[in-house]
Amino acid sequence: MKKLIKKITIALLLMSLGAVAQQTPASAQSESILIIGVTAHLGNGQIIENAAIGFDQGKITFVGAVSEADTSNFSKKIEATGKHVYPGFIVSNTSNGILEIDAVRATKDTDEVGEMIPHIRSLIAYNAESRVTETLRPNGVLMGQITPRGGTISGTSSIVQFDAWNWEDAAIKIDDGIHVNWPSSISFGKWWLGEDKGPKANKKYAESVNDIKTFMAEAQAYLSGLKSPMNIPFEAVEDLFNGEQRFYVHVSGQKEIIDVIHFCKETGIKNLVIVHGAEAHKVADILAANNIPVILDRAHRLPSHSDEDIFFPYKHAKMLMDKGVVVAIGVEGQMERMQARNLPFYAGTFAAYGLDKEEALKLITLNAAKILGIDNIVGTLEVGKDATLFISEGDALDMRTNILSYAFIQGREISLESHQTELFERYMTKYSEE
Amino acid sequence: MKKLLLSCLLLFMVNQLIAQEYFPESIGVKSVNEKFTAFTNATIHVGPTQTIEKGTLLIQNQKVVSVGTNVNLPKNCIVIDLKDKHIYPSFIDMYTNFGIKKPKSPSGSRAPQYDASRKGYYWNDHIIPDQRGFNDFKFDDKKAKEFITAGFGVVSTHQQDGIMRGTGLVVALNTTDSNEIRIIDTDATQHVSFTKSKTSKQSYPTSTMGAMALIRQTYMDASWYAKGNSKTTDLALKALNNSKNLPIIFEANSLDNDLRGAKIAKEFGLNYIIKGGGFEYEGLNEIKNSNASYIIPIKFPNAYDVSDPYFDSKVDLTMMRQWNQAPTNPSVLADNGVNFALTTSDLKAIKDFKSNLLKAIEYGLDKETALASLTTIPAKLLGKSSEIGTLTKGSYANFLITSGDVFDKKSTLYENWVQGTKNVITDMTVKDIRGSYTLSIANKSYKLNITGEISKPKSELKLDSLKVNSKISYTNGWINLFYTPLNKDKTEFVRLTAAITSNDNLTGSGELTNGNNIKWTATKKADKEKKDEKKKEEKKLPIVKPLTYPNVAFGFKELPKQQSILFQNVTVWTNEVDGILEQTDVLVKDGKISKIGKGLKVSGTTLIDGTGKHLTSGIIDEHSHIALTSVNEAGHNSTAEVTQEDVLDPDDINIYRNLAGGVTTIQLLHGSANPIGGRAALIKLKWGVSAEELLYKNRPKFIKFALGENVKQSNWGDSQTVRFPQTRMGVEQVYIDYFQRAKEYDAKKKSGASYRKDIEMEVIAEILNKERFITCHSYVQSEINMLMKVAEKFDFNINTFTHILEGYKVADKMKSHGVGGSTFSDWWAYKYEVNDAIPFNGAIMHSQGITVAFNSDDAEMSRRLNQEAAKAVKYGGLSEEEAWKFVTLNPAKLLHIDDKVGSIKVGKDADLVLWSDNPLSIYAKAERTMIEGVTYFDIVSNERMNKEIKTERNELINMMIQAKNKGMKTQTPVKKEKVLLHCDSLENL
Repeated sequence: MKKLIKKITIALLLMSLGAVAQQTPASAQSESILIIGVTAHLGNGQIIENAAIGFDQGKITFVGAVSEADTSNFSKKIEATGKHVYPGFIVSNTSNGILEIDAVRATKDTDEVGEMIPHIRSLIAYNAESRVTETLRPNGVLMGQITPRGGTISGTSSIVQFDAWNWEDAAIKIDDGIHVNWPSSISFGKWWLGEDKGPKANKKYAESVNDIKTFMAEAQAYLSGLKSPMNIPFEAVEDLFNGEQRFYVHVSGQKEIIDVIHFCKETGIKNLVIVHGAEAHKVADILAANNIPVILDRAHRLPSHSDEDIFFPYKHAKMLMDKGVVVAIGVEGQMERMQARNLPFYAGTFAAYGLDKEEALKLITLNAAKILGIDNIVGTLEVGKDATLFISEGDALDMRTNILSYAFIQGREISLESHQTELFERYMTKYSEE
Repeated sequence: MKKLLLSCLLLFMVNQLIAQEYFPESIGVKSVNEKFTAFTNATIHVGPTQTIEKGTLLIQNQKVVSVGTNVNLPKNCIVIDLKDKHIYPSFIDMYTNFGIKKPKSPSGSRAPQYDASRKGYYWNDHIIPDQRGFNDFKFDDKKAKEFITAGFGVVSTHQQDGIMRGTGLVVALNTTDSNEIRIIDTDATQHVSFTKSKTSKQSYPTSTMGAMALIRQTYMDASWYAKGNSKTTDLALKALNNSKNLPIIFEANSLDNDLRGAKIAKEFGLNYIIKGGGFEYEGLNEIKNSNASYIIPIKFPNAYDVSDPYFDSKVDLTMMRQWNQAPTNPSVLADNGVNFALTTSDLKAIKDFKSNLLKAIEYGLDKETALASLTTIPAKLLGKSSEIGTLTKGSYANFLITSGDVFDKKSTLYENWVQGTKNVITDMTVKDIRGSYTLSIANKSYKLNITGEISKPKSELKLDSLKVNSKISYTNGWINLFYTPLNKDKTEFVRLTAAITSNDNLTGSGELTNGNNIKWTATKKADKEKKDEKKKEEKKLPIVKPLTYPNVAFGFKELPKQQSILFQNVTVWTNEVDGILEQTDVLVKDGKISKIGKGLKVSGTTLIDGTGKHLTSGIIDEHSHIALTSVNEAGHNSTAEVTQEDVLDPDDINIYRNLAGGVTTIQLLHGSANPIGGRAALIKLKWGVSAEELLYKNRPKFIKFALGENVKQSNWGDSQTVRFPQTRMGVEQVYIDYFQRAKEYDAKKKSGASYRKDIEMEVIAEILNKERFITCHSYVQSEINMLMKVAEKFDFNINTFTHILEGYKVADKMKSHGVGGSTFSDWWAYKYEVNDAIPFNGAIMHSQGITVAFNSDDAEMSRRLNQEAAKAVKYGGLSEEEAWKFVTLNPAKLLHIDDKVGSIKVGKDADLVLWSDNPLSIYAKAERTMIEGVTYFDIVSNERMNKEIKTERNELINMMIQAKNKGMKTQTPVKKEKVLLHCDSLENL
């Protein structure tokens, strides 16, 4: 009973926190805007110096040199000479909005019970008013793929933009793909039971893979039959076979990656995306030949072996892109939600270790959009796409100059404040009055 | 001790063969057998350095009566002729748990236990010096036979449980007589380890450093107790004092712990005999300097199964090298004059002992040392030289009879006599029939090879070059040989028998497949041994990879040396009034910054062109947990008695990774498991040196305190609700309690009154006396404020708040208290108490005049703290120059080392980093990192090492595959996981 009271108290406490809402979502774009005099980073590898970017009714209507822009078409002009404009950054494979505080279990909505649960949908649990998510926006991170994490087949992700009243407003692509935690052929010793801490061959690997195969085979059989009585999990994977949904497989080892590729060929699953891919570089040729993209982990991580190149995590994106693999950056891992605001700096680090800066930028713009299947609406500064973009004082991949003056989502000028900036201001005011 | 022995032996008067003279006899006539046995014509190895050719060994009852070439044989003497045979003293294993069962763990609740279970003993259940191996001892016949077969005559055994484990006994492996004869000493040794007792769940200590502190405190308390200071009886301390003259054996089981044990022994003027882990060669200098004696296991890693290329990536270079190098351990120690005994301990089976010992010899261990390490050395370490270890008059008649050199693969061990009792290993009356024969039968001439062991031979039968299936058996002087003649249609057998005679040829009778009786003869061609000798000549010496410093990937072949270096035309971030100087030269000489200026002309130095590059002082991390094997002692709410300096890990690859990120000095803090944590270690990242040499010279003293959720165990699970404090309210009282007690302790000490020395109180008193600084893990403003008030009440200042995520809310109070802040650049939202953590924290505190640093608390972040510093520009708009100080000069100030490091100033340590770009830029790389003029990292060598690692891995993998194909044992790959330690990391003792 005491525990229950404690839990309720925590829940109430958090609800009251929730009452301190996110910055009020901006209203729809009411006047056409032209940003003038900027360096435009299109997100597709190109740069336009002294550029103008125009947008109206939420869509980009002009991208080009200032000299070519017809200023009379725009009711509002933003002079931003010397500044930089970027398409809004996209964070792949994150859990923002479905887990608020790591250590408080009551705030955790990432892991559902069960093994084969493709029908579990992240979108409906997405808290559009997360206080963590609003801190991503001042760094240019304006969209994210919200992914469930439990079980073997974890569920269905959706892609949202970060300025919304509720999850329906937030969604820019609903149920974009199914996520699978592929088993590892290596298992770790249960050190708390006195076993060696290190990894060893996972004797259950074949069995675990077979479970996924069986599920998919049975789903296919079901889907080609009368579908009655209805089977909810099987229904949930239908779009994998017709290519409308992505198949995101969270897998690291080279052997397992090859197994996944064979698995997809056998079952007829299209649109495979490798997530993590710690050893993807070892099979990069195969990935490239099969047009399989990779969502890599953050650059800011340690090598996985003590004798591995100490800079390997920084070089990983280049190793894959040099072979023609399309790469984006995911943030899954410790404290991923608050770390998601460092997404631009992961791209910057990949640039420091070999990638051209505009190529590195693609990791969080065009490539991410392509991999997630939203490149028709976002990911680059192109006429017709959503006016989801921002103005930075300088290079947005470098923390010294990633300083935003404006950010727009679907043409709406969003607030760059957060409860963090409010506290900053509150206490600076306190001290200035003392 | 002897009296005790006698009284205890009364318990063991069962089934004895030799009756004591004063015992009554009730089941027959009282018969006494005083026979002598003489072994003549043998090569007698009296000890490792003394050999008698054609000697005689005379024994009676359990003892040696005489040994030499002119021994008068008494009339009542049985004579055994040992022509061509050798006699050696039997081996001694001084580190076993022979005959002692492991204790059981208590079952029951999962709730933590903080108090001792035992009453009338020490306050900690893991201190069991009153435990006697003798009480748990039950002679184990089966195990004894295994030891005897491997050549052992005497073992020392103890209960391997607890930190202070009590006494061990010395016992002869005499399977005939009973304990009153075979137990040589009931309490011969005392034992210490860092591992807790399985018999108790008492939490403390949870770490190696806690175990070390506990051992120290126990020794102090024992000597205090011995002086009669205690008002109550403590049977544990009493027992410890009673056994204080016995040799102390310390179970280390790893190189790190070898040196830690040696350190404690040195502090207390004790001579520890250290049971090592088998990798002592990796720290040879420190092992030598420890001046301790060692007990070395003769266990070597098996080759890893790397036939699957996917799996080999899981085998770390360190592990592969250990497989390759570990067999040199005994020889390297011997060559360097380290005194050691060998033990079968750690072996999976005692029968592996001989093959491993032969391997050590193959890898260079000389046979004389090998014999000494199994006989005279353990005898001496046990204080039993006059009784065991040699074959001199009066010592126990424990000896081996062999066909030749005991350390030769070909030699056969015939008999192992223990206390004058014979144990037959291989019957020496059995004739050796091994060799090549020509077998003539039914007009066919076969080649017969007999190999294998003397009494268990194997047969190989060939007709021309074709193999014929055959089998041989050899018992009671007869052989049976049967084989299947080559026949495609049928399986039939030819059966042959022969009695073995003195004739080398075999002659006998048999039955053919058709049932006809025949006579047969096999003519011996050559002895088996000749072929072996030939083989041996072909055998190459094993290839052993050279060690590096440290002996892991990216270690140096030779430790780098101090250089004179002139950085030319570089942008210098001085962190001094000069600010950032463009196109400037910096001269490094004798490990110091010698000159700063434009166009410096110096001869005889290495020139480094810094055009377009930036030179800064090395990064300093105020809060790190790398290079440690333990972080938290969580067993008590105050653990000021522990110190991180005890548990450094100089081989941690993260040292090198940090260097590559421009880090040169780090403070290793205790974790946040308790309000009063342990003492900190300040180190420079001198990759390749020993733990002691890592330590910053003349370092200020620091201790870690902690506030918030961790110390009140908020996120430890529902069973962790016992320990005080569970609330922030309780935390304040913990501090007041300890400071008050330390104040009273210190006053008593200073008054000259006698007092019980308490390490914890000593440390806390240092804080009160302003000799030690506090750095306190902290989150929310209430508790930050509280700790400052408590400190003020006791008239001292908190030096640093680390993490200090709500420091911005009380920056004015912090400023007036005079405390600094070492914070995260942008971490938050990982637990409830960091909800109000904001990335502007550093900038706000800085704006209020507080000395602010950014720290890592994380092995990943610490290697790019330059990027973290840049976040102070983004969040809060600091100038680049001020932001840079957050990771260099400011932490130096907080650590009170800014007189030596933290800026580029003439006279300061040359701890410098050359950056490819503005160090705050995301694109900047550390190209060269030096400490005191020694370059420990440079980006060019790093790329070279990447290639060398690949080559070495490949060579070792090939060697392992070869080893596997020769049929040697292999093990599944195991990736060596460096466990990353954070504030809340716990060990498993």
